[in-house]
Amino acid sequence: MRYLPHTGEDVASMLRALGARTLEALFENIPRECRRETALRLPEALTEWELDDHMARLAGSMAAGGGWEVFVGAGCYEHHIPALVPALVGRSEFVTSYTPYQPEVSQGTLQAIYEYQTLVTRLLGMDVANASMYDGASALAEALLMAVRITGKKKVVVSRLVHPLHRQVVRTYFSPTGGEVVELPLLEDGTTDPGPLEEMDTFAAVAVQSPNFMGCVEDLGGFAALAHEKEALCIGSFTEPLAYGLFKSPGSLGADIACGEGQSLGVPMSFGGPGLGMFACKAPHMRSLPGRLVGKTVDREGRQGFVLTLATREQHIRREKATSNICTNNSLCALAAAVYMAALGGTGFRELARLNRDKAEYLKARLEAAGCPTRFRAPTFNEFVARCPEGFEKKHRDLLGRKIVAGLRLEPYYPELSGHYLFCATETKSRESMDLLVSEMAS
Amino acid sequence: MKEIDELDLPGNLRYAKDHEWAELRDGKVRVGISDYAQDQLGDVVFVDLPEVGASFGKGEQFGFVESAKAVGELFMPLGGEIVAVNQAVDDSPELVNQSPYTDGWMVEVQPSDPGELDALMTNEAYRQMLEDLE
Amino acid sequence: MTEFSGTSGLIHSEPLLWEKGRPGRSAFSLPRRDVDFSPPDEGLVGKGPEFPDLSELEVVRHYTRLSQWNFAVDTGMYPLGSCTMKYNPKLHEKYAALQGLSGAHPLLPGSLSQGALCLMHTLERFLAEITGMDAVSLQPAAGAQGELAGMLLIHAYHKRKGEQRTKILIPDTAHGTNPASAALCRYRPVAIRSGENGILSARAVEGLMDEETAGIMVTNPNTLGLFEEEIRQIAAVVHSRGGLVYCDGANLNAVMGMVDMGRCAVDVLHCNLHKTFSTPHGGGGPGAGPLCVQKELAPFLPVPRVVETPDGYALSEDFPLSVGRVHAFYGNFGVLVRAYAYILTMGAKGLKKASQMAVLNANYIKERLKGTFHLPYDRPCMHECVFSDKFQRVHKVTTLDMAKRLMDYGFHPPTIYFPLIVHGALMVEPTETESKEQIDLFVEACKAIAAEAHQEPELLWEAPRRCKVRRMEEAAAARHPCLSG
Repeated sequence: MRYLPHTGEDVASMLRALGARTLEALFENIPRECRRETALRLPEALTEWELDDHMARLAGSMAAGGGWEVFVGAGCYEHHIPALVPALVGRSEFVTSYTPYQPEVSQGTLQAIYEYQTLVTRLLGMDVANASMYDGASALAEALLMAVRITGKKKVVVSRLVHPLHRQVVRTYFSPTGGEVVELPLLEDGTTDPGPLEEMDTFAAVAVQSPNFMGCVEDLGGFAALAHEKEALCIGSFTEPLAYGLFKSPGSLGADIACGEGQSLGVPMSFGGPGLGMFACKAPHMRSLPGRLVGKTVDREGRQGFVLTLATREQHIRREKATSNICTNNSLCALAAAVYMAALGGTGFRELARLNRDKAEYLKARLEAAGCPTRFRAPTFNEFVARCPEGFEKKHRDLLGRKIVAGLRLEPYYPELSGHYLFCATETKSRESMDLLVSEMAS
Repeated sequence: MKEIDELDLPGNLRYAKDHEWAELRDGKVRVGISDYAQDQLGDVVFVDLPEVGASFGKGEQFGFVESAKAVGELFMPLGGEIVAVNQAVDDSPELVNQSPYTDGWMVEVQPSDPGELDALMTNEAYRQMLEDLE
Repeated sequence: MTEFSGTSGLIHSEPLLWEKGRPGRSAFSLPRRDVDFSPPDEGLVGKGPEFPDLSELEVVRHYTRLSQWNFAVDTGMYPLGSCTMKYNPKLHEKYAALQGLSGAHPLLPGSLSQGALCLMHTLERFLAEITGMDAVSLQPAAGAQGELAGMLLIHAYHKRKGEQRTKILIPDTAHGTNPASAALCRYRPVAIRSGENGILSARAVEGLMDEETAGIMVTNPNTLGLFEEEIRQIAAVVHSRGGLVYCDGANLNAVMGMVDMGRCAVDVLHCNLHKTFSTPHGGGGPGAGPLCVQKELAPFLPVPRVVETPDGYALSEDFPLSVGRVHAFYGNFGVLVRAYAYILTMGAKGLKKASQMAVLNANYIKERLKGTFHLPYDRPCMHECVFSDKFQRVHKVTTLDMAKRLMDYGFHPPTIYFPLIVHGALMVEPTETESKEQIDLFVEACKAIAAEAHQEPELLWEAPRRCKVRRMEEAAAARHPCLSG
């Protein structure tokens, strides 16, 4: 077995050094009642070649690549990832290295993550970013818990236009805290209704996603002003950070914390994970941040270097008083995002953002003309909601046979939006493929 | 780290079992952490102190002190109201290591019961306590 | 004279990303524009991010140089206790990158995701079999999140019975994530001391367990590398007062194919796929922390769950007692792919042998180093052993100094200063993928360092000297944090 180097001689020689007669002897003190009575019931070990076939079969059954056109975003986005990203991120010095607790032998990871933190602060308009969290959903939950810690208030407010699955995770994290999670309704134009917030007086934070689940850009500046009036924090969340190559960043609009899903930035969709929880805040809240932080410093000879810092916030020191329980994070995905942002550059990022918007606007117009009106008036980025004709559910199923996934049905998430579908068109959708979608839908 | 007999434990101060020292100055009591505490913590990086006006009972936590690798909770050696906070340790936490009894002081307390000061240990008793800990 | 692998060599310095580049450069092939411009309202448009513009070679050289400053499993041994830094098979990278898997959207209709759902369902069954539990959720994205989900599950279980318990028992040897996860569930951790022999006693648990206590969080084998021999009796005590037993499965690598956690009377446990199941650490993550439970607790598992229907596999949220979701989608699927491939490659015999070799390697190190470093618990260990700094302290050499010196010899240091109950702890876990020669070399390096501690301690105080940087000014970094450029 190629991962197990010990030969019979090695084992014999080592047992002799231990004065043990058999391997079994090393497990003598485990009570018999705790032991397995039978061998593990698992399939027989496969050779590499058999496993190749098996995995190819599993992969082949999926609607990915091979001519599939999937017009779905909803928190996970298809973007082109340049070959240099996996080539660099796949280097085994990055992949097989450990958490950089010993900085002298981890400067590669540490500088790369320091750079990632910096790029994130620039993208989100914030002062400090952490070294990643699991995904946008848990990042939002942690942001709300952080706001509760900072303000001492237990109630939090979340827009109903924040991704439904993110809101579910928030509820899970809040369930043992006794804190209330209040939802803000949506307005006709596809943005969040600030009305109920104006009536509220004590809450820790309000979280608004922009672009929101319907793809619409929110008035985050208005929510920030309102929250600050009430001595609460404003959390700007996102699922598509590419939008900030075009639209104003949450920080520039007054958000205190910005958090969300960074998968769009060079991380493959991979059936929903691993993703990338991005998390950043303004300077005054730095010591309340969850997650790891890389700081710049010098070594004892004055050489520039990097080190994990402010570790006293974290579980391995503060234990039950830590800002979070997070230990392992999504570091390699953060690295991928940094490489992706470096490859695109500031100029490229803006161009790619514009292209995404324009692709979706094209599809929007063509669908309107084909009898699927856009549901919400508010400006959108690379996804939008269209009302599809009666009986579209069947058409949607038929299109699967043509290798087209025509949007995401919204009714399971928003019962009042039956007959409505969320369409996404990123830079990966050619004009041709969009024209084909529309003509197939119309036929 | 220092040996117990290498520690500086001034005779004019009183000591609490959680390693705070207390010094009576014009009816108010100045509080900080002992040479033992700063030596155990290592390089202090951050001190979290309360606002002036806050009140705490004897033994209550009033703040914490952090080094790169550890956190020490600060407990009131006696009860009272905080009447002064040392801003200098905010900007230069290393003062706690360099001068724990002078420039590295932390808070000044208006004691609610001056008798509580007498219940604290002398430097000899504190040194003995540290020896028993080892 | 023994030749150790740590040596010198020319490596390149590399500036920060934004210290490079020129406006207008690019390393990205922008897709062809085949649609018209459709600019939004000017008032909404932002400045865009201030990123440097770099050419492709600039980006490639930057990250290639950075990678060369890292120690990694592929370059050398990491004897890190409780981390299980075993070899990460390259084959798994290929599978995770298969277009059908890496390019799959999570919200595809079920009929178009059968491969992924089949993989997940099968992996759940594999983990249930390996741990001896009945039902599994693959959703938690890391061990700590598995612990959180476990705590939520225990909380939900008590709530359903109409109880609101407030405390949880946690051994003094526990990993920091344990009390942190318990605190997120508003449980107050109550410390329980391990015995003189390094393990928990049912008697000690008896003294603390009451109807206010939700349960106990054990790690088995524990962080001293010892099997909790009284686990069944401890579970009996906890169960008799209505509590549940949570097991942190970080150390599962010691017992695969030999121990059945279900028979140990554990109710809930999490595994760490990035430890026991060979998925790579990635410089800090991503990992995965699947949660495994006894069948009565299955209804509380996070949703959605993968179910088998006559038409194939499907995702179902129809579990009204579920604690909810902890991840937006289904967990770190890309990590699950690697663990799945690992189990299929190893098979039952391979996994058992892996555990046996892991335990053999650790015991061998313990035996060979016990005169060199102080061994606080001189009894057979499992897959890791713990030394203290007692012998070296007299020379004013600390565990930290020894760890730093090991780097000069070409090894990553072991886990240091954990568990907290051992002074200056050095926790060594070689794993089964290290050969006898590699272990012998590690032992020799340790002996050489111990001798230096006695004769030339400056070598340790000044260590490391061969790495790209010397010891960092960590206090300065924390006093005046510089967290972005």
